[in-house]
Amino acid sequence: MAIQVRLNGEVRELPEGLTVEALLAHLGVKAARVAVEVNETVVTKDRYATHRLGAGDSIEIVAFVGGG
Amino acid sequence: MGDTWSIGTHTFTSRLLVGTGKFPDFPTMQKAHLASGAEVVTVAVRRLDLSAKGEASLLEWIPRHMTLLPNTAACFTADEAIRTARLGRELGMGDLVKLEVIGDPRTLFPDVVGLVEAARVLVKEGFTVLPYTNDDPVTARRLEDAGCAAIMPLGAPIGSGLGIRNPYNLRIIMEAAKVPVLVDAGVGTASDAAIALELGAVAVLMNTAIAGARDPVLMAAAMRDAVAAGRQAFLAGRIPMKLHAAASSPMSGLIGS
Repeated sequence: MAIQVRLNGEVRELPEGLTVEALLAHLGVKAARVAVEVNETVVTKDRYATHRLGAGDSIEIVAFVGGG
Repeated sequence: MGDTWSIGTHTFTSRLLVGTGKFPDFPTMQKAHLASGAEVVTVAVRRLDLSAKGEASLLEWIPRHMTLLPNTAACFTADEAIRTARLGRELGMGDLVKLEVIGDPRTLFPDVVGLVEAARVLVKEGFTVLPYTNDDPVTARRLEDAGCAAIMPLGAPIGSGLGIRNPYNLRIIMEAAKVPVLVDAGVGTASDAAIALELGAVAVLMNTAIAGARDPVLMAAAMRDAVAAGRQAFLAGRIPMKLHAAASSPMSGLIGS
Protein backbone atom coordinates (compact mmCIF):
# COMPACT_ATOMS: atom_id res chain seq x y z
CA MET A 1 0.00 0.00 0.00
CA ALA A 2 1.15 3.51 -0.78
CA ILE A 3 0.16 6.66 1.04
CA GLN A 4 0.08 10.23 -0.16
CA VAL A 5 2.00 12.90 1.74
CA ARG A 6 3.14 16.43 1.10
CA LEU A 7 6.94 16.54 1.11
CA ASN A 8 8.60 19.98 0.97
CA GLY A 9 5.46 21.32 -0.63
CA GLU A 10 5.04 18.59 -3.25
CA VAL A 11 2.58 15.71 -3.22
CA ARG A 12 4.46 12.40 -3.13
CA GLU A 13 3.58 8.72 -2.78
CA LEU A 14 5.43 6.81 -0.07
CA PRO A 15 5.24 3.21 1.10
CA GLU A 16 2.93 2.82 4.09
CA GLY A 17 4.43 2.67 7.59
CA LEU A 18 7.69 4.38 6.74
CA THR A 19 9.57 5.91 9.68
CA VAL A 20 11.33 9.26 9.36
CA GLU A 21 14.63 7.36 9.43
CA ALA A 22 13.48 5.14 6.55
CA LEU A 23 12.21 8.14 4.60
CA LEU A 24 15.61 9.87 4.82
CA ALA A 25 17.34 6.67 3.73
CA HIS A 26 14.78 6.29 0.89
CA LEU A 27 15.62 9.85 -0.25
CA GLY A 28 19.37 9.39 0.19
CA VAL A 29 19.55 12.25 2.69
CA LYS A 30 22.15 12.33 5.48
CA ALA A 31 20.21 12.63 8.74
CA ALA A 32 22.96 14.63 10.45
CA ARG A 33 22.59 17.52 7.98
CA VAL A 34 18.84 18.05 8.13
CA ALA A 35 15.97 18.81 10.44
CA VAL A 36 12.52 17.34 9.95
CA GLU A 37 9.09 18.73 10.72
CA VAL A 38 5.90 16.69 10.42
CA ASN A 39 2.58 18.53 10.54
CA GLU A 40 4.27 21.69 11.82
CA THR A 41 6.01 19.92 14.72
CA VAL A 42 9.74 19.18 14.79
CA VAL A 43 10.63 15.49 14.93
CA THR A 44 13.84 15.36 16.97
CA LYS A 45 16.64 13.04 15.83
CA ASP A 46 16.08 10.62 18.72
CA ARG A 47 12.58 9.92 17.33
CA TYR A 48 13.55 9.33 13.68
CA ALA A 49 13.55 5.55 14.15
CA THR A 50 10.14 5.42 15.83
CA HIS A 51 8.07 8.21 14.25
CA ARG A 52 5.92 6.65 11.52
CA LEU A 53 4.51 8.73 8.68
CA GLY A 54 0.82 8.56 7.89
CA ALA A 55 -1.43 9.43 4.94
CA GLY A 56 -1.85 13.18 4.49
CA ASP A 57 1.18 14.11 6.58
CA SER A 58 2.88 17.37 5.69
CA ILE A 59 6.64 16.85 5.90
CA GLU A 60 9.36 19.48 5.75
CA ILE A 61 13.03 18.52 5.42
CA VAL A 62 15.30 21.52 5.86
CA ALA A 63 19.00 22.34 5.98
CA PHE A 64 21.20 25.38 6.59
CA VAL A 65 21.88 27.60 3.60
CA GLY A 66 23.73 30.88 3.26
CA GLY A 67 21.99 33.86 4.81
CA GLY A 68 22.51 37.04 6.77
CA MET B 1 39.69 39.54 31.21
CA GLY B 2 39.81 41.49 27.95
CA ASP B 3 37.11 43.60 26.36
CA THR B 4 34.45 40.94 25.89
CA TRP B 5 30.68 40.97 25.53
CA SER B 6 28.06 38.38 26.36
CA ILE B 7 24.72 37.21 25.15
CA GLY B 8 22.88 34.62 27.21
CA THR B 9 25.54 32.09 28.21
CA HIS B 10 27.83 32.99 25.29
CA THR B 11 30.84 35.32 25.62
CA PHE B 12 32.65 36.78 22.62
CA THR B 13 35.71 38.94 21.94
CA SER B 14 35.03 39.94 18.35
CA ARG B 15 32.37 42.60 17.87
CA LEU B 16 31.75 41.72 14.25
CA LEU B 17 29.10 39.14 13.29
CA VAL B 18 29.05 37.97 9.70
CA GLY B 19 26.67 36.24 7.30
CA THR B 20 26.96 33.38 4.83
CA GLY B 21 24.69 34.65 2.03
CA LYS B 22 25.59 36.00 -1.40
CA PHE B 23 29.30 35.08 -1.42
CA PRO B 24 30.66 34.25 -4.90
CA ASP B 25 31.71 30.78 -3.66
CA PHE B 26 32.38 28.82 -0.45
CA PRO B 27 36.22 29.12 -0.51
CA THR B 28 35.95 32.95 -0.72
CA MET B 29 33.40 32.91 2.09
CA GLN B 30 35.69 30.88 4.30
CA LYS B 31 38.66 33.20 3.66
CA ALA B 32 36.48 36.22 4.39
CA HIS B 33 35.21 34.68 7.62
CA LEU B 34 38.76 34.04 8.80
CA ALA B 35 39.88 37.56 7.77
CA SER B 36 36.93 39.11 9.63
CA GLY B 37 37.95 37.66 12.98
CA ALA B 38 34.23 37.13 13.63
CA GLU B 39 33.13 34.47 16.11
CA VAL B 40 29.44 34.41 15.21
CA VAL B 41 28.05 33.55 11.78
CA THR B 42 24.45 33.68 10.60
CA VAL B 43 22.82 30.94 8.53
CA ALA B 44 19.35 30.56 7.02
CA VAL B 45 17.01 27.54 7.18
CA ARG B 46 15.49 26.37 3.92
CA ARG B 47 13.85 23.32 2.36
CA LEU B 48 16.43 20.79 1.24
CA ASP B 49 16.58 20.44 -2.53
CA LEU B 50 15.70 16.76 -2.76
CA SER B 51 16.75 16.55 -6.40
CA ALA B 52 20.28 17.90 -5.79
CA LYS B 53 22.18 14.99 -4.27
CA GLY B 54 25.72 15.27 -2.90
CA GLU B 55 25.78 19.06 -3.07
CA ALA B 56 28.51 20.78 -1.03
CA SER B 57 27.28 21.55 2.45
CA LEU B 58 27.57 25.11 3.71
CA LEU B 59 28.55 23.87 7.17
CA GLU B 60 31.74 22.25 5.90
CA TRP B 61 32.98 25.70 4.89
CA ILE B 62 32.28 27.47 8.16
CA PRO B 63 35.36 27.57 10.42
CA ARG B 64 34.74 25.25 13.39
CA HIS B 65 35.44 27.83 16.07
CA MET B 66 32.53 29.97 14.89
CA THR B 67 29.16 29.95 16.69
CA LEU B 68 26.15 29.45 14.41
CA LEU B 69 23.33 31.96 14.60
CA PRO B 70 20.35 30.57 12.63
CA ASN B 71 17.99 33.24 11.33
CA THR B 72 14.30 33.28 10.45
CA ALA B 73 14.84 35.42 7.36
CA ALA B 74 11.94 35.77 4.91
CA CYS B 75 9.36 34.70 7.50
CA PHE B 76 6.35 36.96 7.20
CA THR B 77 4.37 35.74 10.19
CA ALA B 78 5.19 35.02 13.83
CA ASP B 79 4.10 31.41 13.30
CA GLU B 80 6.50 30.84 10.37
CA ALA B 81 9.33 32.45 12.32
CA ILE B 82 8.64 30.27 15.38
CA ARG B 83 8.61 27.06 13.30
CA THR B 84 11.79 28.11 11.48
CA ALA B 85 13.53 28.91 14.77
CA ARG B 86 12.63 25.44 16.13
CA LEU B 87 14.01 23.78 12.98
CA GLY B 88 17.15 25.91 13.21
CA ARG B 89 17.68 24.79 16.80
CA GLU B 90 17.28 21.17 15.75
CA LEU B 91 19.83 21.70 12.96
CA GLY B 92 22.38 23.66 14.93
CA MET B 93 21.89 22.25 18.41
CA GLY B 94 22.25 25.76 19.83
CA ASP B 95 19.87 28.10 21.63
CA LEU B 96 20.64 31.24 19.62
CA VAL B 97 18.23 32.61 17.04
CA LYS B 98 18.30 35.79 14.99
CA LEU B 99 14.59 36.45 14.93
CA GLU B 100 13.19 38.14 11.84
CA VAL B 101 9.51 38.69 11.12
CA ILE B 102 9.34 40.68 7.93
CA GLY B 103 6.44 43.01 7.27
CA ASP B 104 7.11 44.30 3.78
CA PRO B 105 8.88 42.61 0.84
CA ARG B 106 10.28 45.77 -0.74
CA THR B 107 11.94 47.31 2.30
CA LEU B 108 12.21 44.12 4.38
CA PHE B 109 11.26 46.25 7.37
CA PRO B 110 10.22 44.17 10.37
CA ASP B 111 6.63 43.50 11.36
CA VAL B 112 7.18 44.61 14.92
CA VAL B 113 3.86 43.25 16.20
CA GLY B 114 4.66 39.76 14.89
CA LEU B 115 8.24 40.13 16.09
CA VAL B 116 7.27 40.78 19.71
CA GLU B 117 4.70 37.96 19.58
CA ALA B 118 7.26 35.46 18.21
CA ALA B 119 9.90 36.64 20.69
CA ARG B 120 7.59 35.93 23.65
CA VAL B 121 6.95 32.37 22.49
CA LEU B 122 10.60 31.57 21.72
CA VAL B 123 11.90 33.04 24.98
CA LYS B 124 9.47 30.74 26.85
CA GLU B 125 10.88 27.81 24.88
CA GLY B 126 14.39 28.59 26.10
CA PHE B 127 15.76 30.33 23.03
CA THR B 128 18.32 33.11 23.33
CA VAL B 129 16.51 35.55 21.06
CA LEU B 130 18.29 38.27 19.06
CA PRO B 131 15.54 40.19 17.27
CA TYR B 132 16.17 42.15 14.07
CA THR B 133 14.09 45.27 14.58
CA ASN B 134 13.44 48.84 13.51
CA ASP B 135 15.41 51.70 15.03
CA ASP B 136 12.38 52.41 17.23
CA PRO B 137 13.08 52.81 20.95
CA VAL B 138 9.56 51.77 21.98
CA THR B 139 9.71 48.50 20.03
CA ALA B 140 13.17 47.92 21.51
CA ARG B 141 11.66 48.22 24.99
CA ARG B 142 8.85 45.80 24.12
CA LEU B 143 11.40 43.27 22.88
CA GLU B 144 13.46 43.65 26.02
CA ASP B 145 10.32 43.21 28.14
CA ALA B 146 9.55 40.06 26.13
CA GLY B 147 12.84 38.62 27.39
CA CYS B 148 15.08 39.04 24.36
CA ALA B 149 18.79 38.61 25.10
CA ALA B 150 19.75 41.50 22.83
CA ILE B 151 18.21 44.12 20.58
CA MET B 152 19.33 44.38 16.96
CA PRO B 153 18.03 47.59 15.37
CA LEU B 154 18.78 48.16 11.70
CA GLY B 155 21.17 50.86 10.53
CA ALA B 156 19.35 50.93 7.17
CA PRO B 157 17.33 48.38 5.12
CA ILE B 158 18.89 44.93 4.68
CA GLY B 159 21.43 44.87 1.87
CA SER B 160 20.97 48.58 1.13
CA GLY B 161 24.46 49.71 2.13
CA LEU B 162 23.01 53.07 3.18
CA GLY B 163 24.90 53.08 6.48
CA ILE B 164 23.64 54.36 9.83
CA ARG B 165 20.59 56.44 8.89
CA ASN B 166 19.39 57.39 12.35
CA PRO B 167 22.24 57.52 14.86
CA TYR B 168 20.07 59.47 17.30
CA ASN B 169 17.43 56.75 17.60
CA LEU B 170 20.17 54.15 18.00
CA ARG B 171 21.65 56.20 20.84
CA ILE B 172 18.25 56.45 22.52
CA ILE B 173 17.84 52.67 22.23
CA MET B 174 21.32 52.06 23.66
CA GLU B 175 20.78 54.54 26.48
CA ALA B 176 17.64 52.73 27.65
CA ALA B 177 18.48 49.08 26.97
CA LYS B 178 19.78 46.81 29.70
CA VAL B 179 20.61 44.10 27.15
CA PRO B 180 23.31 44.37 24.46
CA VAL B 181 22.37 46.44 21.40
CA LEU B 182 23.81 45.26 18.09
CA VAL B 183 23.43 47.15 14.83
CA ASP B 184 22.14 44.70 12.24
CA ALA B 185 21.82 45.56 8.54
CA GLY B 186 22.53 48.60 6.43
CA VAL B 187 26.31 48.73 6.68
CA GLY B 188 27.90 49.58 3.32
CA THR B 189 31.54 50.14 4.10
CA ALA B 190 34.07 50.22 6.93
CA SER B 191 33.22 53.70 8.24
CA ASP B 192 29.58 52.63 8.78
CA ALA B 193 30.76 49.79 11.01
CA ALA B 194 33.04 52.15 12.92
CA ILE B 195 30.14 54.58 13.46
CA ALA B 196 27.97 51.81 14.90
CA LEU B 197 30.61 50.97 17.48
CA GLU B 198 31.40 54.65 18.18
CA LEU B 199 27.73 55.17 19.03
CA GLY B 200 28.04 52.45 21.65
CA ALA B 201 26.72 49.41 19.85
CA VAL B 202 28.06 46.26 21.48
CA ALA B 203 28.64 44.72 18.04
CA VAL B 204 27.60 44.96 14.41
CA LEU B 205 26.15 42.27 12.14
CA MET B 206 26.63 42.39 8.38
CA ASN B 207 26.45 40.15 5.34
CA THR B 208 26.13 41.97 2.01
CA ALA B 209 28.75 44.64 2.78
CA ILE B 210 31.36 41.86 2.87
CA ALA B 211 29.90 39.25 0.52
CA GLY B 212 29.00 41.81 -2.16
CA ALA B 213 32.28 43.74 -2.09
CA ARG B 214 34.54 43.42 -5.13
CA ASP B 215 37.09 41.74 -2.84
CA PRO B 216 35.13 40.14 0.03
CA VAL B 217 38.26 38.95 1.88
CA LEU B 218 39.85 42.41 1.89
CA MET B 219 36.54 44.01 2.94
CA ALA B 220 36.25 41.49 5.78
CA ALA B 221 39.66 42.59 7.05
CA ALA B 222 38.62 46.25 6.70
CA MET B 223 35.47 45.55 8.74
CA ARG B 224 37.51 43.80 11.43
CA ASP B 225 39.74 46.87 11.78
CA ALA B 226 36.84 49.34 11.58
CA VAL B 227 34.94 47.55 14.34
CA ALA B 228 38.06 47.51 16.52
CA ALA B 229 38.72 51.22 15.84
CA GLY B 230 35.11 52.18 16.51
CA ARG B 231 35.11 50.30 19.78
CA GLN B 232 38.37 51.93 20.90
CA ALA B 233 37.03 55.38 20.01
CA PHE B 234 33.87 54.67 22.03
CA LEU B 235 35.93 53.60 25.04
CA ALA B 236 38.29 56.56 24.62
CA GLY B 237 35.38 59.04 24.70
CA ARG B 238 35.09 61.42 21.80
CA ILE B 239 35.25 65.23 22.18
CA PRO B 240 31.96 67.11 22.04
CA MET B 241 31.03 68.71 18.71
CA LYS B 242 31.31 72.51 18.66
CA LEU B 243 30.14 74.98 16.06
CA HIS B 244 33.26 77.18 16.18
CA ALA B 245 37.00 76.56 16.25
CA ALA B 246 38.98 75.81 19.38
CA ALA B 247 42.68 76.37 18.67
CA SER B 248 45.09 73.52 19.21
CA SER B 249 48.14 75.83 19.29
CA PRO B 250 48.61 78.67 21.84
CA MET B 251 47.12 81.98 20.70
CA SER B 252 49.75 83.92 22.74
CA GLY B 253 53.53 84.29 22.29
CA LEU B 254 53.29 84.89 18.57
CA ILE B 255 56.32 86.58 16.99
CA GLY B 256 56.03 90.24 16.12
CA SER B 257 53.31 90.83 18.74
